[in-house]
Amino acid sequence: MTEAYIYDAVRTPRGRGRKDGSLHEITPIQLASQMLGAIRDRNDLDTSHVEDVVLGCVAPVGEQGADIARVAAINAGFAETTAGVQVNRFCASGLEATNMAAAQVMSGQSDLSIGGGVESMSRVPMGSDGGAWPVDPDVAWNSYFVPQGISADLIATKYGHSRDDVDAYAVESQRRAKAAYDDNRFKSSIIPVKDIIGMTALDHDEYMRPETTMQSLGALKPSFVEQGAFGFDSVAIQRYPEIEKINHVHHAGNSSGIVDGSAAILVGNKEIGERLGLKPRARIRSFASVGSEPTIMLTGPSFAAEKALKRAGMSKADIDVWELNEAFASVVLRFMEALDIDHSDINVNGGAIAMGHPLGATGAMILGTVLDELERSGKSTALATLCIGAGMGTATIIERV
Amino acid sequence: MTTSIRYEVDADGIALLTIDLPNANMNVFNAQLIDDLETCVDRILADDAVKGAVITSGKPAFLAGADLSMLGSMSASDAPASLEDQFEAAFRLNKILRKIESGGIPAKTLMKSGTKPFAAAVNGLALGGGFELVLACHHRILSDAKGVILGFPEVQVGLLPGAGGTQRLPRLIGIQAAAQPLMTGQNFQPQMALGLGIVQEIAPADEVIAKAKAWVASIPSALAPWDKKGFKYPGGAGAMDPRSVQTFIGGNAMAQKQTWHNYPAVQAILSAVYEGSIVPFDTALKIETKYFMKLLSGPVAGNMIRTLFINKQAVEKGSLRPKGIERKKVKKLGMLGAGLMGAGIAYVSAKVGMDVVLLDRDIDAAEKGKDYSRNLVKKGVSRGKVSAEKGDALLERITATADYADLAECDLIIEAVFEDQALKADVTAKTEAVIGENVVFGSNTSTLPISGLAKASKRPHQYIGIHFFSPVDKMPLVEIIMGAETDDATLALALDYVSQIKKTPIVVNDSRGFFTSRTFGTYVQEGYAMVQEGINPALIENAGRMVGMPVGPLAVGDEVAIDLSYKVGMATQKALGDAYIKSPADDFVTKMVMELERFGRKNGKGAYDYPEGGKKRLWPGLGDHFPLAENQPDVEEVKTRMIVRQAVEAARCFEEKVLIDASSGDVGAIFGIGFPPYTGGPFSYIDTMGVAEFVALADRLAQDYGARFTPPQMLRDMAASGETFYEAGHPQGRKAA
Repeated sequence: MTEAYIYDAVRTPRGRGRKDGSLHEITPIQLASQMLGAIRDRNDLDTSHVEDVVLGCVAPVGEQGADIARVAAINAGFAETTAGVQVNRFCASGLEATNMAAAQVMSGQSDLSIGGGVESMSRVPMGSDGGAWPVDPDVAWNSYFVPQGISADLIATKYGHSRDDVDAYAVESQRRAKAAYDDNRFKSSIIPVKDIIGMTALDHDEYMRPETTMQSLGALKPSFVEQGAFGFDSVAIQRYPEIEKINHVHHAGNSSGIVDGSAAILVGNKEIGERLGLKPRARIRSFASVGSEPTIMLTGPSFAAEKALKRAGMSKADIDVWELNEAFASVVLRFMEALDIDHSDINVNGGAIAMGHPLGATGAMILGTVLDELERSGKSTALATLCIGAGMGTATIIERV
Repeated sequence: MTTSIRYEVDADGIALLTIDLPNANMNVFNAQLIDDLETCVDRILADDAVKGAVITSGKPAFLAGADLSMLGSMSASDAPASLEDQFEAAFRLNKILRKIESGGIPAKTLMKSGTKPFAAAVNGLALGGGFELVLACHHRILSDAKGVILGFPEVQVGLLPGAGGTQRLPRLIGIQAAAQPLMTGQNFQPQMALGLGIVQEIAPADEVIAKAKAWVASIPSALAPWDKKGFKYPGGAGAMDPRSVQTFIGGNAMAQKQTWHNYPAVQAILSAVYEGSIVPFDTALKIETKYFMKLLSGPVAGNMIRTLFINKQAVEKGSLRPKGIERKKVKKLGMLGAGLMGAGIAYVSAKVGMDVVLLDRDIDAAEKGKDYSRNLVKKGVSRGKVSAEKGDALLERITATADYADLAECDLIIEAVFEDQALKADVTAKTEAVIGENVVFGSNTSTLPISGLAKASKRPHQYIGIHFFSPVDKMPLVEIIMGAETDDATLALALDYVSQIKKTPIVVNDSRGFFTSRTFGTYVQEGYAMVQEGINPALIENAGRMVGMPVGPLAVGDEVAIDLSYKVGMATQKALGDAYIKSPADDFVTKMVMELERFGRKNGKGAYDYPEGGKKRLWPGLGDHFPLAENQPDVEEVKTRMIVRQAVEAARCFEEKVLIDASSGDVGAIFGIGFPPYTGGPFSYIDTMGVAEFVALADRLAQDYGARFTPPQMLRDMAASGETFYEAGHPQGRKAA
């Protein structure tokens, strides 16, 4: 099997995913095109060598519809021979896209591909693409569908995470993100987003609230009480009848932020790197996706991580740095418990609770972030993973070269 | 000629179809009416001299829905027709109603041509298929007569409106407004129907036909809104419109919360509405019929129709009443004991016009019992449900007293004094001293055998159990208990009284706990046994509701009171001696009562805690005193234990002839103790599983958990000979030999 290497990874800063967010005026095509352009420019790349662009996007409708990957490649001025495909694995789409790009390389069917993702949540809101799962009674009933917030609260209830536990995790995420910024740790990978006259629209993650404290979070009301009372608590309990009552602990302050953003990762085999004078930064050791119980929904990462470790012939102890998307605080708390991982080894530079989660792009963003961390700290291996809607997990293991 | 519809064409060329089933007091859709309707519709469409038509009824009600016994025979048809043939048969009424609406003209032509106008002159209530016929007409005029309602009760017997109801109603008023009535069977009052646009007009009863005719005369052709070009589904539809998306997401959650996945009709209704809302109308009707067929082929609809409809009506109409005894009316009830039960019985009796003497040991206690009625009347008046005059009259009929002499004129006595044999004997003697010689004496005891209580009576043949359920004004069942010497005339009068107060009777023979309390007790006891075994109490409570009981066993046990369980248990052990089958529940109850002083809600401490002003929650201390087992069972096992335990007890009641027949056992279990309605009752449940399968399961449970699960010999015999409690096509269940 051919080895796949990461040659570069870039991302946009994350803009607040609202009408007053700094990236709201930027089209999702622009977000993606500027990242593709950055990959090209930073590596002085003749894009005719790029065989495919795989981009994750979770609401692929409207201006994110109709194969945004191909359209972004054209718009970025890539060679017309560069194909594009949009993929959707919900919240892990960006990582899945990178894995698929790597798979093309590993299987010998592509020498150089780009993986990544894009989501302008301020312009194409979550849920814009509809879907049968929550709506069609046949599916909703048979799968015991509940919204993700209920799932997150179900995890907290089932595994005994108190409101203090999840809030404390959120405060620490903010602290770590602030510390990482103070130490300029994201600088080499963040590409400022430009507007149509070339002015910088945003050059930093603007969602962060470093002033967050236990007290400030304590003032927030739990977000999913009404949804639960309406019926979803009962649906969750019918699937998890050992639970008397759902303890609603999640709110905007300990859940991932709604933001706009895009990311891209250049993946290729060894020969093309040598031929084009590119320096490999890491080798992709393995990746895996897995389905898990859909009502609790967000416990997939530990299973995906175990699967990827097994495929790589590695054990937990072989991973130096862990990165798990902070969709909700309880997701990370559960992951740490399931795999017995010390908090100091995971999400060391904060995560989506502090900086936001642009659905289709996040997977590629956190893979880039953890690669930067390996280089900064001189460590060797990392595993990046995300929890996923409808009960899935995707994980990727990389090793610095 | 058509025998169930009169067909008359007037001078203006307007046909009047008067539905009037021969030898029936109510119009229902049966095979005859369906044939006749098709004949009439074809005739109208074929006859150029006929301009349009008005459909009305020759009876006080318009049309009360389908003949449910016909549906029963549809599902039990012995000739295995092909799926295609079955579909055509099930689709037939849909097709005829669509012909009324479309004239049989293909959609594209229809859009331009229109069709002959049909108007419904709805002179009385229209339910189910009747309402569907109304909706298929282009114009709908409702009579202002009393009692006129529109509605779809199908879901209450496990079905969906299968003649266009799930398609026309939401297309008229929007999915959001239509969903709840379709999923719950809730009716539309005339003003509401008018406001929503379900009907175009409300008119005096004697003008509905004329107004309908005038409308038909006023237009050359008509079209349903959904047959017009550019029809927009009101309020949005399908999976793309954010409004309907929200409706379905919410509706799915709410309906699952309400049904616990036990009522396939509710899900099928939502699916028929959802899928039907995305496709053209003619396709939507086919989808509806397919969901209807799915429901009809499953066990739930048949079981619900049989017990909740056919057999409930049968006992209400007197199937249990001995023949040849003159019907009597109770004019004055003597109610002994003005506690919660006595007060409730007084209220329901006075409510139907009976005079009630409400007696307790002193006048204050009796007046306190009357307060119960005062409060209910006050509430009813403030909510506009009863007029102040009627409320006052009701209260005037109740005489609170402490004087036995006031009972002299009563023609029925019911005692609901404290469950104490000596006390009951005392009030019986005092009462019999003043009442007439032929007056029936009823006891509302829920635990003491009637034959024993009758010993205190001078006239044991006139002594009978009349067992109510709490709260009396809400619970529909009355369990009549025959003592060893109770005679038929006494039974007949007790049944006449139950009929007067509009409740549903069952008749059982004497036994400790009779049928209902005895069977219900096993549910609570099984819950306790599981706590004692170390099963997670939350799992037990949720499993109880998941299997379809109204509340978990621990919650209901707290309501009944654990110390009462203890007392009854001790009495039962004493009475049965060596025959008593011990259960782990005994240890739980003893510990809770004797050691922990947790009696239930009444002292604010039971299996639950009852924080002041807060919601009750499972007592966290349960885990300390009944430690959780390391291996917790699957929820299906917990559910199975709770329902099978009750069914085994019901079968024992049947074997011991406590029950008279399976049908009244099924009715009694559902309406008395909340046995899951979707099962059709314990005997329907056993039949549905298969008697042999049930015996094997009960034997397995007996092996794992104790002899209380051992099935009675009668069930083994039935399994061996392949017998069932019900025969196909016969709603009347097996009689206890």
